[in-house]
Amino acid sequence: MASIDIQGVGKSYGTVPVLHNVDLSIQDGEFVVLVGPSGCGKSTLLRMVAGLEGITRGDILIGGKVVNELAPKDRDIAMVFQSYALYPHMTVRDNMSYSLKLRGTPSERMSHVISAAASKLGLESFLDRKPRTLSGGQRQRVAMGRSIVRKPKAFLFDEPLSNLDARLREQMRVEIKKLHRELGTTSIYVTHDQVEAMTLADRIVAMNGGAVQQVGTPLDLYERPTNLFVASFIGSPAINILDGILRCDGENRHIILESEEQLPALARIQGRDGQAVKVGIRPEDVQVSIQNAGSRMGQVELVEPMGLGTILHIGTVHRTLKAFVLERADYPIGSNIAYSLPADRLHIFDARTGQRIAD
Amino acid sequence: MTSSARSTPYWFLHYGLLAFYVAFALFPLYWLLKVSITPNDLLYSEGIRLWPSRSSLAHYTFVLAHSDFPLFFKNSLIVSGSTAVTVTLIAALSGYAMSRFDFRGKMWLVGLMLITQMFPLVMLVAPIFKLFSPLGLTNSLTGLVVVYTAFNVPFATFLMQSFFDGIPKDLEEAAMIDGASRFRAFRQIILPLTLPGVAATLGFVFTAAWSELLFALMLVSKADASTFPVGLLSFVSKFSVDFGQMMAAGVLALIPACLFFLLIQRYLVQGLTAGAVKG
Ligand SMILES: Nc1ncnc2c1ncn2[C@@H]1O[C@H](COP(=O)(O)OP(=O)(O)O)[C@@H](O)[C@H]1O
Ligand SMILES: [Mg+2]
Repeated sequence: MASIDIQGVGKSYGTVPVLHNVDLSIQDGEFVVLVGPSGCGKSTLLRMVAGLEGITRGDILIGGKVVNELAPKDRDIAMVFQSYALYPHMTVRDNMSYSLKLRGTPSERMSHVISAAASKLGLESFLDRKPRTLSGGQRQRVAMGRSIVRKPKAFLFDEPLSNLDARLREQMRVEIKKLHRELGTTSIYVTHDQVEAMTLADRIVAMNGGAVQQVGTPLDLYERPTNLFVASFIGSPAINILDGILRCDGENRHIILESEEQLPALARIQGRDGQAVKVGIRPEDVQVSIQNAGSRMGQVELVEPMGLGTILHIGTVHRTLKAFVLERADYPIGSNIAYSLPADRLHIFDARTGQRIAD
Repeated sequence: MTSSARSTPYWFLHYGLLAFYVAFALFPLYWLLKVSITPNDLLYSEGIRLWPSRSSLAHYTFVLAHSDFPLFFKNSLIVSGSTAVTVTLIAALSGYAMSRFDFRGKMWLVGLMLITQMFPLVMLVAPIFKLFSPLGLTNSLTGLVVVYTAFNVPFATFLMQSFFDGIPKDLEEAAMIDGASRFRAFRQIILPLTLPGVAATLGFVFTAAWSELLFALMLVSKADASTFPVGLLSFVSKFSVDFGQMMAAGVLALIPACLFFLLIQRYLVQGLTAGAVKG
């Protein structure tokens, strides 16, 4: 086990930059998730840690030692690929023992380790099968097994669950989390799925366009997104974003929305008077009432029942807002509904830079 | 449209055309066989009968027992076998490099390799002879192996490259992370999966070298280093052509090529990478 430090790392393919100045410090035993839309450079960063891609600028340290020039085999890390990359001509047992054989592990010890890993992952009865005879979920387990048989300094995962169906994905997610609790190995996990990121991570690194946007615990990112990108990327159903102008009148703050409506905001919002802003509010923070009339009224346009709760699309003259409610009340389409946007639940961003306005 | 939906006339035509094609393609081989077992006295008298009224293996016995043919045959085996192995070794390495690495001048290298395939070989006979004779490579099997290897490496490289391209990069990356060097990953993971490609390349180069006539004729003037295509010509004398013996030798020459393909066909048809990724 080891810490991993990424210091001022950049990557270009030819003249095309794909990673800009990434700084990240991962502690020993930490589970860090890199999350971001497809093409933002997550895999590239992970592969640079693994030694599969060259480093254009900066340093990568594993266990305090610079590994920039070290071959993958000398970095002592394990990786689970999105494609699983199982050796098709080898049995499950040989797939799992390949790395041990290369290290000259004595055969009794090897078979002991393999059977321990196999029983942990429920693979005992498949050990003599070839990968092509296994289902997707089983192959995924073999790929995991291949990583855990030796005690590497770190686990790297590149979207390991994205080829599985939703049910299996949920199940494997839990197993990965348990495995990490048990082994405590430093892990970097790449995904584009923000639910996976939220549920697995000790810390999330949100990336976009080759740059780190925010690093923090899942709840940090959820409750205090540092910019518009993070606010809209994290959370499902997605956050509502409204355009407006910030008005500062002494201690009073309010926002004039495009629709001329006034939206009170908290006094601690920094911003300037007249600053163009974007206001975010998460669907579950939108308060609705169908019985009582209120100052803000809209119509129920669409109802998406999710079992756990319901997503309501509330149409007003100017826009559609999403609200997430837990009550199982009946919301007939077209009926009037009162809603409010509590000042303490607003996320306010500068409209031009997209950065959060200090509060 | 499903097959059951198609009518009988359709299938009649379908198989009819296939049968015609196969017959057309195999007819020369059939004729080879037919002439080789036709006794000389019947060859001209019976004209173009599909099967002679009397058959004999006399031509075969003569070719095997009283001609230089066994020697030519052995020479051909040595030349074709060595060429096939050498070319495949080189092409496996260079094809892998072409498939996996980006390096300066790659485009130039590919271009040059294509250019070598554009020349009519006849143009090169004289310069190569000039080059080889001081080196003692004329009248030698080694000389032929060198020439054949040089001419077959470019195409074989492209062939191997296309096979390597079909194998996911993830596999060797996984091996390298598991602790293998790149060469070990190539040898233990990638090469076993490319066996169909290796077999195809071996087969292709073997047959090309087996039937090569131009250089075999020009670089070798002594019988002890002649290959069998040159040997076949020895059945043509100034005044007559001994068709029966020539065809018998031809049939015999087909045997190694057939055996060779029988040996490698298992790899040719097998899709080893199935189940490597996703699925
Ligand atoms: N070998 C390569 N050559 C050129 N561009 C590449 C190469 N590999 C990746 N890229 C580019 O780098 C960017 C980041 O890719 P990647 O790290 O795979 O994204 P992610 O894993 O976040 O989806 C993409 O825009 C991709 O097109
Ligand atoms: Mg990726």
